[in-house]
Amino acid sequence: MDQSGFANLKPRLVLTGITKRYPSVVANEDVSLSVRPGEIHAVLGENGAGKSTLMKIIYGVTKPDAGTIMWNGQYETITAPSQARRMGIGMVFQHFSLFETLTVWENIALALDEPVPTAKLAAQITEVSEKYGLPIDPYRLVHSMSVGERQRVEIVRCLLQEPKLLIMDEPTSVLTPQAVLILFKTLRRLAAEGCSILYISHKLDEIRALCDTASVLRGGRISGGAIPKNETNESLARLMIGGELAECHLIPREAKEVRLDVEHLTLQSPDPFGTSLKDISLTVRSGEILGIAGVSGNGQKELMTALSGERLSSGSMIKLLGRPVGNLNPAQRRALGLTFVPEERLGRGAVPPMTLAYNALLTGARKGMVQTGLIHPTVMKTFSKNVIERFKVKCGGDQSVASSLSGGNLQKFIVGRETMLAPKMMIVAQPTWGVDVGAAQLIRQALIDLRDQGVALLVISEELDELFTISDRLSVIAAGRLSPSVKPAETSIEQIGVWMSGKFGDRAGEGAAPAPPRMETANAPA
Amino acid sequence: MLRLERRAAPSSVMSVVSPLVAAVGMLVTGFLLFSALGKDPVEAFYLFFIKPLSTTYGIGELLLKTTPLLLCGLGLALGFRANVWNIGAEGQLTMGAIAGGGVALWFGDSDSNFAMPLMLLAGVLGGMAWAAIPAFLRTRFNTNEILVTLMLVYIAQLALSWLVHGPWRDPEGQNYPQSQGFGDAETMSILIDGTRVTWGIVYALVLAVVAWVFAQKTFAGFRMQVAGLAPAAAAYAGFSEKRNIWIALLLCGATAGLAGICEVAGPIGRLQQQISPGYGFAAIIVAWIGRLHPIGVVFGALLMSLLYLGGESAQMGMGLPSAITGLFQGLLLFYLLAADLFITFRLKRVVDAPEPKPAARVGSAA
Repeated sequence: MDQSGFANLKPRLVLTGITKRYPSVVANEDVSLSVRPGEIHAVLGENGAGKSTLMKIIYGVTKPDAGTIMWNGQYETITAPSQARRMGIGMVFQHFSLFETLTVWENIALALDEPVPTAKLAAQITEVSEKYGLPIDPYRLVHSMSVGERQRVEIVRCLLQEPKLLIMDEPTSVLTPQAVLILFKTLRRLAAEGCSILYISHKLDEIRALCDTASVLRGGRISGGAIPKNETNESLARLMIGGELAECHLIPREAKEVRLDVEHLTLQSPDPFGTSLKDISLTVRSGEILGIAGVSGNGQKELMTALSGERLSSGSMIKLLGRPVGNLNPAQRRALGLTFVPEERLGRGAVPPMTLAYNALLTGARKGMVQTGLIHPTVMKTFSKNVIERFKVKCGGDQSVASSLSGGNLQKFIVGRETMLAPKMMIVAQPTWGVDVGAAQLIRQALIDLRDQGVALLVISEELDELFTISDRLSVIAAGRLSPSVKPAETSIEQIGVWMSGKFGDRAGEGAAPAPPRMETANAPA
Repeated sequence: MLRLERRAAPSSVMSVVSPLVAAVGMLVTGFLLFSALGKDPVEAFYLFFIKPLSTTYGIGELLLKTTPLLLCGLGLALGFRANVWNIGAEGQLTMGAIAGGGVALWFGDSDSNFAMPLMLLAGVLGGMAWAAIPAFLRTRFNTNEILVTLMLVYIAQLALSWLVHGPWRDPEGQNYPQSQGFGDAETMSILIDGTRVTWGIVYALVLAVVAWVFAQKTFAGFRMQVAGLAPAAAAYAGFSEKRNIWIALLLCGATAGLAGICEVAGPIGRLQQQISPGYGFAAIIVAWIGRLHPIGVVFGALLMSLLYLGGESAQMGMGLPSAITGLFQGLLLFYLLAADLFITFRLKRVVDAPEPKPAARVGSAA
């Protein structure tokens, strides 16, 4: 799609002077932007910059305090999502709005304004989902689906309604690189058919690859507009964060003794729709980061709970510091020097209504915060203040409640907490999911610093760029099986992408994937 | 137009004010109700809320009724904080009374100094044993503790009824379903002369402080609260869910059992078919009014106790039906739950959205 292709078209959507204030924050101030038919328009900004609020205003979820919306040349007041849908606006939310106890088709049926017979709807779902390379089973229950799969439901739900304007809120974080390419193809095709797309993201590469135009939000205001193709990542990041972006560097170093040793871990998932772990073997040594890539829902959750101790396993399949820990609970494993950062921050990694000080106590009890069963408030507060300071957590202090922090800041706090517990082995799931670039760099650097101090780290992530940046070795999890590990320098995004679809040929002759490089060779040069 | 809007952060002011709002709401409704019944509301209020407190004896009665409400409320509040929905404090109270009363009957008229400590201990253990049943069933078979604790209330009451009709019936009691009266050493001593209030209230107040320390200062209390607020976070941190359930139920069993023995070894002085006018259930309201906070529960228990006394006083003084007590309890809980909404929400006046200025322009353009 060329800029000139729609330059003379009448705008489909024009926002003028949109302002939205919340009790504690101004989410949008005097925001104006316009999108023409067939245009893919990026809305770029850090977490908390007001992107999601702006999109919710367009979708009729939130009412602006001031400003106007013009749709196809007519001023409109969009009071409800159903109205937005009738107008032809579809939205894929960042935080999914699905009912967990219902099936895929039921969820989709709920969003339809006209009832459609089940069989017909299911067929439509299958058809659309396959057409756009997002296969889903219409009869599956949502609660059993992974984050990635849930997002497919959201996307398909929108596509079924043949929208004129599609709002995509951070859609690619749960897709393989190949799937991202397919999605981009889909989006470009939609755009070519005349559908306008508002594409919210903080992934600069994607925006440069996909979008025709961009509006950058910072602190609720438009800080600039750009033609992404003519910009560099650096120039876009400057607009977005108002400063330079720090780079993180991984200086190769020799890994030492084995800290985590998993041998032939096979674990049936208790959830009928979950992924069972099949014969997983891996080692993580002191002073190295093992990255595990994979599309969400391929056993990451199960691997994480098996390693953390939230799910017990028998025998000596899992060894921590040389000790079999399969039957130890999370507290006992933590006592051995394991810390972990879960994927869900609010509700698992942190207790939402509790203060940061008490959230430090959640896992920090052994750091002198509890003495003879009593909580030691000064130790607890000092610890949490240190975390806040060292990890630049933006908050009102250690008495702020966890739920009042933005996702990125809460993640900084959780990573900081687990880091400052001085672990020997640390497991991190999705370290920077939904975290803005500035915070993401800080978190990645913190993980690298830990590695340099001799901690063994296992990082499960869906962001390949991230894994390529911070991993000493890289494996892929697909359908509950783990690929051999490989040095990032000796592989490519494409290769990993092929592995992510399950083709890593651990048996000769299986799949088209080339034989992966082995660790023996990877260890030689340092 | 008014609209409910989620607050940026839960209002701490509102969480304190809400019980007061609820009390005022209850009073206003009561006022209207008395008026509608053709009773002089001022006199009714006087009978209900002032007269019971106008004598030392009345104050004593207030404290006397506060004791079981406070004890049960404390245990329930600790459990509710951990998402353990024990609604069977009444049954645990009854079982405490049976166990402690059994010990008292065994001692008979003995003057032993061991009698009272052993009775109290038996009461505590009896309540705990009764609470252990739902704890076991929940942790072992994942049963719902709400149903199990509630059903166990009726079993405990029927067990007591069987005992006082059968094996423990006083042979000289003219066939009344009650046991022999407890001996002097088996009856709690009076705290304030001229009243019926016993040392039970002192135990209860001390336990309120202990419960406060437990909830606010100990790691075990913290673990229970995390389990209540975010079960996944508790699992992630490695806090045992089963341990929390056991602790929550056993604590409440202990305090409710103590309440039971304090009743039968105190004002009642024997085992009989009816030993509680629903203290264990009213304590659920007490726990909520007290914001699940042990010190708050003290005030909640005092208020609830006053409702019991006021209800009795109004029955006697104005011939109002006995349902008046339950009615006021219900009003209180109703208004409390309503007012609690405003802890996380607030009303906002929405000026009819100023139709965007350009709308006019559209009009002129079209």
